[in-house]
Amino acid sequence: MTEHLPALQVVVPLIAAPLCALLRPGRAVWLLAMAACALCLLIAALLLDRVLAQGVISYAMGGWPAPWGIVYRVDAANAYMLLIVAMIGAVVMAFARPVVEQRVRLPVRKQPWFYATYLLCLTGLLGMIITGDAFNVFVFLEISSLSSYALISIGRDRRALTAAYQYLIMGTIGATFILIGIGFLYVMTGTLNMEDLAARLPAVADTRTIRTAFAFLTIGISLKLALFPLHLWLPNAYAYAPSAVTAFLAATATKVAIYVLLRFFFTIFGAQFSFGTMHLDAILLPLALAGIFSASVVAIFQTNVKRMLAYSSVAQIGYMVLGISLVSVTGLTAAISHLFNHALMKGTLFMALGCVSFRIGAVSLDRMAGVGRTMPWTMGAFVIGGLSLIGVPLTAGFVSKWYLILGALERGWWPVALLVLFTSLLAVVYIWRVVEVAYFQPAPEDRTTGEAPLALLAPTWTLALANLYFGIDTSLNAGVARRAAEALLGVGQ
Amino acid sequence: MQILGLYNYWIFIVLMMCGFYVVISRGNLVKKLVGLNIFQTSVFILYISMGKITGGTAPILTGTATVYSNPLPHVLILTAIVVGIATTALGLALVVRINEAYGTIEEDEIHAQSEDEAL
Repeated sequence: MTEHLPALQVVVPLIAAPLCALLRPGRAVWLLAMAACALCLLIAALLLDRVLAQGVISYAMGGWPAPWGIVYRVDAANAYMLLIVAMIGAVVMAFARPVVEQRVRLPVRKQPWFYATYLLCLTGLLGMIITGDAFNVFVFLEISSLSSYALISIGRDRRALTAAYQYLIMGTIGATFILIGIGFLYVMTGTLNMEDLAARLPAVADTRTIRTAFAFLTIGISLKLALFPLHLWLPNAYAYAPSAVTAFLAATATKVAIYVLLRFFFTIFGAQFSFGTMHLDAILLPLALAGIFSASVVAIFQTNVKRMLAYSSVAQIGYMVLGISLVSVTGLTAAISHLFNHALMKGTLFMALGCVSFRIGAVSLDRMAGVGRTMPWTMGAFVIGGLSLIGVPLTAGFVSKWYLILGALERGWWPVALLVLFTSLLAVVYIWRVVEVAYFQPAPEDRTTGEAPLALLAPTWTLALANLYFGIDTSLNAGVARRAAEALLGVGQ
Repeated sequence: MQILGLYNYWIFIVLMMCGFYVVISRGNLVKKLVGLNIFQTSVFILYISMGKITGGTAPILTGTATVYSNPLPHVLILTAIVVGIATTALGLALVVRINEAYGTIEEDEIHAQSEDEAL
């Protein structure tokens, strides 16, 4: 059984999705989806444990060996990613049921479809991470993208529809660019297997076709990960999607796209070609810095708190790309550990906002006056998530910022390190705006609603406490991240 | 003559740019989807072209053929065609819902209504 874990990682949610769609609305469908997510998390934990103990796992799908069949290949980097996505998938699924029943524009009889679509999205994200086949990445990318467009569109605000449409257009352009890039790679090498691609590319690297493939892949993946200035789909999609969907996508979808970027540029093309010959860092660095700075400033002026955090996500993606563009073990460690930490902090923040909108029906600053007193537990979790976002010591966010600054100083780029510190202060400003409204302004007289139900608070606090735990015990989010970084750069071990 | 000989790749580039331009320039949501479709279809031609080998036959074991086309890109693009259909169907479904919610499928009119909401 255990040798089939890599296949089960993807097959479990894939089978559970149509089963959910067949069930009647009610508790059973949620229990089935929850069980599938929990099983995914268990499998991901077992896989990470085995990879750390025994090294890389290769699994030939359906028993077809490597050059013909699709291989699932699990190393430190993607076992770590699987754990992030499966963990967020399970925690947000625990959070989703009250949200789906009350805060989603779906008739009751169609609610099982929400769980089916959610599980399909999870399938796609896990598949993109685990697969060792370049074309398979595209297929899973489309599975997750199509289901995420559908998930976004069921938000109660009608602007969710236009946000989903805009994301569909931009996401499809990005995915098609990736498809073109993979096609060019196949033309030149005759293989789609990532290991074979890595072995055969150096011989043909100095051709226009490969350089074109590189360009298409860069733009396509950057669209999916919302790198500034290709982030335009993100703020509306996150702001108007149902809160459970926002929490799930914000914590996973862009992270997986960053992982795909790492996989293509470090494993397939190789750091030497991507950064030595093509000088990708010269493009990524300024875009990352511009993204961090401009999105943080824009976030300060938002009145819809969900939209504010969406812009903050664009800035945080900038930090990860900044880490990548340092092209050093420390820089990559910062980027990879920030994948984990940002999933924790944004998951917490968006779920806390989900609790707020569940009780008071809105998350605009003027409506949130006084919620700190009427919903102390919810806002407590929000504050912990906010501190982690800022990067206060003893929270998870501090770990990745620390490595990022260390990496920048290693390269002697002290202005970059200063900018990271300065933009963290911008994060203080926008988080403080919410805290000020929530704690220091009186609640309106007519507000009768109290604290969010336990079914919402429990998952929110699970992630909030994880923010604190991983700020102190950094063996997973920094230790494993370092091993993943070394595996990607092909050093150490 | 090499440029003419690669005519299917020229068709790919022209179709791709036409589709891309329509997606960017049109304000009508259905027309945008049509452009997106042309854009995706152009990639199908790219993949199908790269599997073709001059003088090759269909890759079926008959015992006589020695040169045959590479079937893999054709199989790959079947998957991409399915993805394209799903994307178009989902896109059109969204346009129907947008039309129900806003009473229009013109981007600028939807934008104007959303602006009013924001105020």
